Amino acid sequence: MLILHCPNCGVMADETELTAGGEAHIKRETVGSDDAAFEQYLFQRENPRGVHFERWRHTSGCGKWFHAARCTASLEVFGTYPAQTVEPPKEITDKITAKRPGWSWRSFS
Amino acid sequence: MSTRLQTKGRLVNRDRQISFSFNGKRLKAYEGDTLASALLANDQMLVGRSFKYHRPRGVVASGAEEPNALVNLGEGHRFEPNARATTTEVFDGLKAGSQNHFPSLEFDVGAINQHLSRFLPAGFYYKMFIHPRPLWKHVYEPFIRQSAGLGKAPDAETRDPDTYEYFHAHTDVLIIGGGVAGLTAALAAGRAGAQVILCEQTADWGGRAAVDGDEIDGMPVEEWIKNALQELESMKNITLRTRMMGAGVYDHGYVLCYERLTDHIGPSEGPRHRLWKVRAKQVVTATGAIERPLSFAGNDIPGVMLASAVRDYAINYGVSAGDRTVVVTNNDDAYRTAIAMLDAGLSVPAVIDVRATPDTPLIERVKSRGVRVMQGMAIAKVKGGKRVTGVSVCSQAGEGAVLEDIACDVVAMSGGWSPVVHLWSHCGGKLTWDEAGAFFRPDPTRAPLSFDGTPFVIAAGSANGEMDEGAVLADAYTMGQEAAKRVGATPKGAAPTAKDTAQAPLLPVWMMPQGASYKLRSKMWLDYQNDVKVSDVQLAAQEGYESVEHTKRYTTLGMATDQGKLSNINGLAILAQELNAPIPQVGTTTFRPPYTPISMGAIAGEAKGEIFQPLRRTPMHDWHEAHGVYWEPVGHWRRPYCYPQSGESHEDAVNREVVNTRENLGLLDASTLGKLIVKGPDAGKFLDMLYTNMMSTLKPGRCRYGLMCSENGFLMDDGVVARIDDDTFLCHTTSGGADHIHAHMEEWLQTEWWDWQVHVANVTEQYGQIAVVGPKARDVLQSLGGMDVSKEALSFMGWADGTLGGIPVRIFRISFSGELSYEIAVDAGRAQELWELLHANGQQFGVMPYGTEALHILRAEKGFIMIGDETDGTVIPQDLGLHWALSKKKADYLGKRAQQRTHMTDPDRWLLVGLETVDGSVIPDGAYATGEGTNANGQKVVQGRVTSTYYSANLKRGIAMGLVLNGPDRMGEQLTFLKTDGTAVHARIVDPVFYDKEGVKQDV
Ligand SMILES: [Zn+2]
Repeated sequence: MLILHCPNCGVMADETELTAGGEAHIKRETVGSDDAAFEQYLFQRENPRGVHFERWRHTSGCGKWFHAARCTASLEVFGTYPAQTVEPPKEITDKITAKRPGWSWRSFS
Repeated sequence: MSTRLQTKGRLVNRDRQISFSFNGKRLKAYEGDTLASALLANDQMLVGRSFKYHRPRGVVASGAEEPNALVNLGEGHRFEPNARATTTEVFDGLKAGSQNHFPSLEFDVGAINQHLSRFLPAGFYYKMFIHPRPLWKHVYEPFIRQSAGLGKAPDAETRDPDTYEYFHAHTDVLIIGGGVAGLTAALAAGRAGAQVILCEQTADWGGRAAVDGDEIDGMPVEEWIKNALQELESMKNITLRTRMMGAGVYDHGYVLCYERLTDHIGPSEGPRHRLWKVRAKQVVTATGAIERPLSFAGNDIPGVMLASAVRDYAINYGVSAGDRTVVVTNNDDAYRTAIAMLDAGLSVPAVIDVRATPDTPLIERVKSRGVRVMQGMAIAKVKGGKRVTGVSVCSQAGEGAVLEDIACDVVAMSGGWSPVVHLWSHCGGKLTWDEAGAFFRPDPTRAPLSFDGTPFVIAAGSANGEMDEGAVLADAYTMGQEAAKRVGATPKGAAPTAKDTAQAPLLPVWMMPQGASYKLRSKMWLDYQNDVKVSDVQLAAQEGYESVEHTKRYTTLGMATDQGKLSNINGLAILAQELNAPIPQVGTTTFRPPYTPISMGAIAGEAKGEIFQPLRRTPMHDWHEAHGVYWEPVGHWRRPYCYPQSGESHEDAVNREVVNTRENLGLLDASTLGKLIVKGPDAGKFLDMLYTNMMSTLKPGRCRYGLMCSENGFLMDDGVVARIDDDTFLCHTTSGGADHIHAHMEEWLQTEWWDWQVHVANVTEQYGQIAVVGPKARDVLQSLGGMDVSKEALSFMGWADGTLGGIPVRIFRISFSGELSYEIAVDAGRAQELWELLHANGQQFGVMPYGTEALHILRAEKGFIMIGDETDGTVIPQDLGLHWALSKKKADYLGKRAQQRTHMTDPDRWLLVGLETVDGSVIPDGAYATGEGTNANGQKVVQGRVTSTYYSANLKRGIAMGLVLNGPDRMGEQLTFLKTDGTAVHARIVDPVFYDKEGVKQDV
């Protein structure tokens, strides 16, 4: 029963208001992609014990999607940010670096 | 024998006698008794039988940790198994019974299992799985089935008449446990001004301090408790709750608490249990400690009890467990039991202490009252069957040579205390091994973390590993202040004080005597409820089970309903000894919520019967109800399945509706159809990505059938799209699909194409929708008047706005039946009015309403697919011959790339065909067509399956659709479908369009 801050409407939302949407920052592959790239896009997911970037939707609230950076082991939330981006904001990656020096996740670090 | 003492008992009211029954026997108790104390007062020490060997079992403990005294309560609709007698408060008229025995508690034939115990060792169940099938079927399975499950499940026909409810609460600090530590922590947090909820699982405040403690702040413990409560009650920022257990601690300060409102008074008005869903900024676990048993032969015989429980019953309830109590211990604390027994005028023949220790004040007090203290000694074995009759004493250092026998009827044992760390651990709080106390205690540097990365659980008092009263109070006050500080309050006041009693160190002894033989070890119980013995854990270790989690599952140690509250540390210690590793290295098993079982009723809360889930009603719901509808649940909706007339079966009604719609006129409530408005300059571009076909070229005023696929390529929804104007589309979805297709659209718009200018609104409930279907559909609309519905003005796949009988409508000329059909959208508020108008005016044209089953048959006759029948999440449009709906002009759409994968283009995919039975019968739904030979698993090869199958009253035969290997190339070929009864039905492969192949009837 996590609590996540919805960056759209500003409330601290209880997990019962939210829908988990899996991994964040996945680049869409489509017609023209080779099989390996398309497989990566459709099926290959990170499953880290530690820093992770996820998609959440404030379903029983404002209805907006947002991203959360959090630690899957300690449940600490480093921050949430709107989904309309291809990478996490620097202020959040800086915060993760301060708390988890040397972290990396896909191409981010 | 166990009996009621002359002394009063601090928790019972001797002025109010009540009566209850146990196994049909009427017994007396006092108000304030637990079922366990009342049974002991009536000399009922034998309360049940163990799980595996059906050994006689007596009361061991006095609280939630009790493994043995599990009884069933109530009868009929209120029957409930596995209630703990130690936490069940007796009320007048309570009916209880023992469980897990046959034919009676006193004489049990299952007890023969104990003589078979060498055939039922650790891992018995796992080991049996390797035996051949016949042995299983005839020997093991009947045996396991007969002995499986503790207690008896309530009769399936009974219905719990009680009500339950949820409470949602937010607080600064939740303190779990109302002993002196919890009270002290509450005083600290409350004085600081924090908002506090303090809950205690029993009916009484103060915990065990009133039994064991001397003085707090210079006054008797009971008086201090009263004062503390008075102060707490005077604070507006504090909520106090008894009979409320902290059941589980979850992420970010979410805690479930379980409040029992009426269990202590029996069936009554109002909710029975309340499940509290608490969000706390800080959680203080002041959950105390649990005494550990010792492992010696015969430690499960009724009359062997925890030393603390023996004195709890005497002091709290005025009940003696027996006349002659032998105390056996590895620590000083158990000497308190000897003192309590002497104070009650009972005899203590000996204290057997495994240590050789100099006298401390407690030992001195016992000795000075003439009790024989035997140091360095142990129990070789307990004598007795259904009740202790004595103990044989040996030297702890030896192998169990008996030095002397001592007669007694109670053995009060103490292996030291373990902090209750369950709630600390539920959400990931880590533990550290305390060498001196030989227990795991919370490691405050590794507490569960809240969303901001700061700790949110604090252990206090004994739960934090402090075992002396003075230290408990100091720790609890500090922790209460710490919780207050963390929520921004300013600590005030000073901790209560008490004198610690000097005690000699505990000697961690996990088995006695030290060199016990196998024979003795196989009579030493670790887990009383699941019948796990020292020898079982040792065997598991010898067989290579080195991980404590594996050993637990292999031996079932700690897997009973008490979740190993008593057996945990002792089992670990035996395993560690056997593995020759230190205990902290072996580690502990995971503590999982709930702390003790909670009722299913509390979990369900108010959600039962009619309010189990919300019911969605179409605007015409009441009309259907008034016209004899037979409902079908469709998601949260109720839809008419058919409208049986008097004397008609459902089948007859469906057939009548099907024929009448083709021959005259049918009305269908299509309001549940999803309706999504997609609007904006980029709406066309967006729908081109969502649908497989081209939507951007659709002209305003026209409709187009479209398919939607997931990015995986699989068909997920279908429906008709109408273009309202250049920027606006109305997308119809399946009845069950409106919400998730809306969410699907939002997801792509918000997370992938966020720069596209498109809005989506779900207007499903804003409109009623009525399908007017059949050769006389136009006639009835014309009779209402208001708009031109001729073929020229409103052609097939067109739509128009207008009025009918004065009601504003939007009419779509679309058909899911193959008949002349108008689907009329109308403001939800006027939908029933229009429906009634159509029904009244339709009388002259032979109108009849029809339901979902007729709808299905009409579409199957036309070979139209239905999402969920022809599709199941593995089917692509190409499988269903829907190539025409896949745009070749579009560079991309969701699912297009996936449909190019090798598995999707495999020529051997099963493809849609019609199926016509040779004998005209109806093929069972889901039946498989057999092929030649068998596959690698020895199963019959299959080559197709039925996806939709109906009796067609129009064609007077069974018709079906199915997916068949190379189906469209095999027209006319005959397939064999197997039925579940072993017989077969033969069907020819045919075109899936059974009726009006040219499609002329819908386009008139
Ligand atoms: Zn929101």
